[in-house]
Amino acid sequence: MHIKYESFVREPLVDGNKDYHQISEDIVSPIEGKPGRMWYVGFIFSVILLCFGIFSVSWSVYWGLGTWGVNRTIGWGWDITNFVWWIGIGHAGTLISAILLLFRQGWRTGVNRAAEAMTIFAVMCAGQFPIWHMGRVWDGFWVLPLPNSRGPLWPNFDSPLLWDVFAISTYFTVSLLFWYSGLIPDFALIRDRAKTKLRKLLYGFASFGWTGTAKNWQRQEALALVLAGLSTPLVLSVHTIVSFDFATSVIPGWHTTIFPPYFVAGAVFSGFAMVNTLLVVTRKILHLEQYITIGHLEAMNKIILLTGSIVGVAYLTELFISWYSQAWGEMAAFQWRIMGPYWWSYWAMMTCNVVSPQLFWIKKFRRNIPFTFVMSIVVNIGMWFERFVIIVTSTYRDWIPSSWAYYSPQWPEVGFYLGTFGLFFTCYFLFAKYFPVIAVSEIKFILRTSGENYKHKMAHIENQGAEEFYHVVTTHHEDEHHEEVAHH
Amino acid sequence: MSIKKFAVAVYDDEEVLFPAVKKVRRAGYKIHDVYTPFAVHGLDEAMGLKGTDLHIAGFIYGITGTSTAVGFISWIYCSDWPINYGGKPHFALPAWIPITFELTVLFAAVGMTLTFCYLNQIMPGVKKHVFHPRQSDDMFVMAIEINKHMSEAEVIAFLKSTGAKETSVQVAESSWWYGRWDKKEPYELAAG
Repeated sequence: MHIKYESFVREPLVDGNKDYHQISEDIVSPIEGKPGRMWYVGFIFSVILLCFGIFSVSWSVYWGLGTWGVNRTIGWGWDITNFVWWIGIGHAGTLISAILLLFRQGWRTGVNRAAEAMTIFAVMCAGQFPIWHMGRVWDGFWVLPLPNSRGPLWPNFDSPLLWDVFAISTYFTVSLLFWYSGLIPDFALIRDRAKTKLRKLLYGFASFGWTGTAKNWQRQEALALVLAGLSTPLVLSVHTIVSFDFATSVIPGWHTTIFPPYFVAGAVFSGFAMVNTLLVVTRKILHLEQYITIGHLEAMNKIILLTGSIVGVAYLTELFISWYSQAWGEMAAFQWRIMGPYWWSYWAMMTCNVVSPQLFWIKKFRRNIPFTFVMSIVVNIGMWFERFVIIVTSTYRDWIPSSWAYYSPQWPEVGFYLGTFGLFFTCYFLFAKYFPVIAVSEIKFILRTSGENYKHKMAHIENQGAEEFYHVVTTHHEDEHHEEVAHH
Repeated sequence: MSIKKFAVAVYDDEEVLFPAVKKVRRAGYKIHDVYTPFAVHGLDEAMGLKGTDLHIAGFIYGITGTSTAVGFISWIYCSDWPINYGGKPHFALPAWIPITFELTVLFAAVGMTLTFCYLNQIMPGVKKHVFHPRQSDDMFVMAIEINKHMSEAEVIAFLKSTGAKETSVQVAESSWWYGRWDKKEPYELAAG
């Protein structure tokens, strides 16, 4: 047996006097009960938004993209802004589930399930924008390398836009597999507890017949570890490739080598903000404060502070390099960003992304829930403006002054954006009702090292001297060893 | 597919389960399986199970993805339909790295997950016998197959001595089958 002990310096990840059964009760009982009034209100509102989005998209497809505000100078308006924004948000889930798994961060277990769900829904929303931006969407399959009657003419494999198709579809698939392979044991728990026939049937189907044998778990852990190892470079590659959409072109403001790390940091920044937005509400409504503790929120706020600062450094680096290059186009592009007709978007971005996260240096703010909630929304407003600034204020004044233009969105574009909120929250509300919002089996796994009540039982170890502690550990292992030898 | 008789011991603590597994093996009983609500580290070793080679399968799938991407794109650009993009080389390996990487990851992840399902024999619609309704909640369940040379009472008494909270003898299907989880199987109904 391994000694199960973690220092008191780390605060518990599971508060309260929990045992394994209590964990199942706390997390599964919201699924078994009727949803509250708030759930219905939120769900219906989301479905209405989704319907409005479907209407706006249908309108755009029927009348064509002339209904949008984009023009020949500014070809990528709100549409691609929203695409990059959503795909950025979709980075936090994999970061939490993969990178923090490799770094053995125990606190990820409280938030990984919801964050991964958020990732999948955000990628679904992101995917809508390039698809409907095609205009003639019925020809959309042309981006796939399928044998065809046009030659066969293949897509351009040297184009970042095609890399994006591969990156995002791979990212969606792998995130979904990672998420679902973790959900299977929890579905089996709901199935085994189920009192009604319908629930037993549905969760039995969803649990794939999982019974949790020793071999099952051994393979499950191997799968999770390798998928984490694969997802780590994957998540970095996805936003890198999104940044290539801009960086490989020769437009001032886009043509910079700093884009890949700067985009990835921004993606993590906005993703963690969205996780905070959702979890602050979810933990309250589902009474999960003992699993998603203030310590969890603080850990995420620290990551927001770190990535926000990286983003800030990237903005300043861009400005410096544009001056240092002494290239007319570069300098003008950044001067117009700051002082041109879109100055308000640049300063909104700077305030929300660079200045406001610095408040998280103060511990009191990091651990304050209303402040965390407000900040999480401010950050995502800032990150939306970042993409708007990059896309619109790099293109609205191009090389020929006669084609300089201004861009404002039209209602179908706004409706499309609102519709993706509808899609996102419809999915999230269904998830919060029918899926275990916290990874039950993973919480049980860490309970004896990180549960509050188990930590108290370890008090005597904490008070031991180093000699004594060493003695306890070594004799413990020696006993094991003798037993093994006797056995053989 | 065969219906067998099992002696089942239910433990409520992994600290009791580990010595129990050792005692049972030492006594010469063959453990059919141990069911736990979460991954108990070291249990596979204690039961004498080998490690899994799933990650090796993953590596092979990944390599397949890499060669598929490089092979397919180079065939298209160098043989099937060479296009001159601004005088750039047809065999432009650096430009293919993103897609090659994505397909490597995609093949490895999908292949491994399918292999995982195949090895564990799990799939939508698959059903298996559940020895204890709380084996996925807070109980650790050990099942020992009883053959005709063994005394039922003796095995049960032995399992009790290892610290089991509950023991029972169950007639159960030892493998998997297609079925609905809301319906009881004929052998379950016969057992009552």
